[in-house]
Amino acid sequence: MELEDIIKEENIVFKKTKLLNDKPLSYCPGCGHGTVHRILMETLEELGIDEQTIGIAPVGCAVMAYEFMEIDMQEAAHGRAPALATGIKRVYPNKYVFTYQGDGDLAAIGTAETMHCCNRGENILIIFINNGIYGMTGGQMAPTTLEGAKTSTSPYGRDVSTMGYPIRITELIAQLPAVRYVTRQSVHTPAAVRKAKAAIKKAFEYQAEGKQGTCFIEFLSNCNSGWKMSAVQANKWMEENTFKYYVPGDIKDNFKLLKNPIVEL
Amino acid sequence: MAKVRGAVVIDKEKCKGCGLCVETCKFQVLQLSQQVNLKGYNPAFMVNPQNCTGCTNCAVICPDAVITVYRAKENE
Repeated sequence: MELEDIIKEENIVFKKTKLLNDKPLSYCPGCGHGTVHRILMETLEELGIDEQTIGIAPVGCAVMAYEFMEIDMQEAAHGRAPALATGIKRVYPNKYVFTYQGDGDLAAIGTAETMHCCNRGENILIIFINNGIYGMTGGQMAPTTLEGAKTSTSPYGRDVSTMGYPIRITELIAQLPAVRYVTRQSVHTPAAVRKAKAAIKKAFEYQAEGKQGTCFIEFLSNCNSGWKMSAVQANKWMEENTFKYYVPGDIKDNFKLLKNPIVEL
Repeated sequence: MAKVRGAVVIDKEKCKGCGLCVETCKFQVLQLSQQVNLKGYNPAFMVNPQNCTGCTNCAVICPDAVITVYRAKENE
């Protein structure tokens, strides 16, 4: 059987979703942002809700997200995406609303907005990409940077006595009573990507049921430029180091805490 | 017995040569090219097309969604 016999329109088993346009993504080679963009758009296409969905783009690496996603998008001021999403969801309660934020946006400058949005239990989905660094501005230390990690503003490694501990914002949010679904996923292997996609689908299905409660999904991602590694090395490093502090898995579902993933320091 | 054969088509101008698909493929189908594309990256290509089963793992891990996967049954 020759390649020409296989490469035919009727034999396609995987192709790029039509909700991602043909513009080349602005991310570094191997960055997890692209994967999350893709699985998010694939989920919207599978659920058939792309016409009723409004996304909020953040400030950070994903600041141009609205350029690539063929759905209605709105750009928010730095960290203020949950506040904007609150407004949109209250004006259009029948629309699906999600925010897409990085760790500098959500866990640093936007902590107050995020916490209070979740505490009010706004019926939105918050997608949080955690790569433990400020990628866009040149690899500075973020609140989520691991202890001992070298960045351009912590050249000797993060010292917890002066810089504090990495913040597990997902666990903090899971404690709030109005939050419906909290999970931590990663996109470093095909199996993890498929699980992550299932989590996004679940969150949109909760929103479709019209029940109250915020859904919050954290994605652990690599930042190979910021970590000064190749994409393959960065994924391995993430598995060996990041997963010990940020343990992947469901934390809360349907207003119930599932387990206590707090790891001993 | 029918054998499943697969093939991938990579948009080589959009591929950034991160190598995640090369690492993910269990059958060593893909490799990074020695040639560069317009942006200066080494795109992935099928070096062992006969080994491909069309499992879609390379396309699922690809951050830039440049891989299209085809699968067909071969009747002997």
